Amino acid sequence: MDSVAERVKKVVVEQLGVNEDEVTNEASFVDDLGADSLDTVELVMALEEEFDCEIPDEEAEKIATVQQAIDYVSAHMPTKDA
Amino acid sequence: MAGSLEGQLALITGGSRGIGQEIARVLGRQGALVVATATTPAGAERIDADLAAHGIRGTGVALDVTDDAAMSAVLAQIQASHGAPTILVNNAGITRDQLLLRMKDDDWDDVMATNLRAVYRLSKLCVRDMLKARFGRIINITSVVGVMGNAGQTNYAAAKAGVAGFTRAMAREVAARQVTVNCVAPGFISTDMTEGLNDTHRDALMQQIPAGRLGVVADVAAAVAYLAGPDAGYVTGQILHVNGGMWMG
Repeated sequence: MDSVAERVKKVVVEQLGVNEDEVTNEASFVDDLGADSLDTVELVMALEEEFDCEIPDEEAEKIATVQQAIDYVSAHMPTKDA
Repeated sequence: MAGSLEGQLALITGGSRGIGQEIARVLGRQGALVVATATTPAGAERIDADLAAHGIRGTGVALDVTDDAAMSAVLAQIQASHGAPTILVNNAGITRDQLLLRMKDDDWDDVMATNLRAVYRLSKLCVRDMLKARFGRIINITSVVGVMGNAGQTNYAAAKAGVAGFTRAMAREVAARQVTVNCVAPGFISTDMTEGLNDTHRDALMQQIPAGRLGVVADVAAAVAYLAGPDAGYVTGQILHVNGGMWMG
């Protein structure tokens, strides 16, 4: 099973159509990866699907970089073995 | 044009009669799988029978478009059994005509709920999958009244003009994903809904139609089919007027 970071990056690559090596932890979706506002909303939707969770709008707005996405998902991922 | 909508799933609200019924038939004839809604189960059964009689693959479903929970449930059910709609035709509409001075608040609110709010809600529910698919066609049926105005229809005209504004704004949001959003604005079309107008009103309207005849539902459905089709991918945020020259925007 891929790590959360790997899965987040895979979603980012697919959703934004960027190269894997561009998707560093520090990369900003808008400034570095060329996402527009609709891209960022779609990205959040894709993350919700990948990790089977719901990200509230006010939280979604704070997710601007790859690292922030990884952090959010890690903190809120439903624990499968609970 | 037969077969040009092969592989598409078309959802049409208000499909049991009039313009919506003809839209369902025409899109179905061009190869789309059709799901058309009616407010009552009896209406949905009539749709089933009508589609079957015309040899069209599709089904009728009962949906009150002003019932938020029902709308979400019906869409989930469609997605589960047929997949996500790739063509959405927001056609369901009502009139509660009355001069403004006599208009009841309910007349205003009911028309806004069915003709404007439901368009917003259903478009929002459907666009998610369209964005993901990088393809979608949303066609909102408005009215010439939304641009010309019409005495006795302040509520209807406001709702239809509202849909036109909604259409343009949404079109800008989703254009880069190959999802188009347009309006078809019928003029004076011969349907149950326009049967409700009195003779004086009807005669006065006829004077304003250069084509010299009322429109028929097929005139409107053909315009919808064009916008739904593969050749209209670069047309978005537009109002396609189908009115015999009654209004030339």
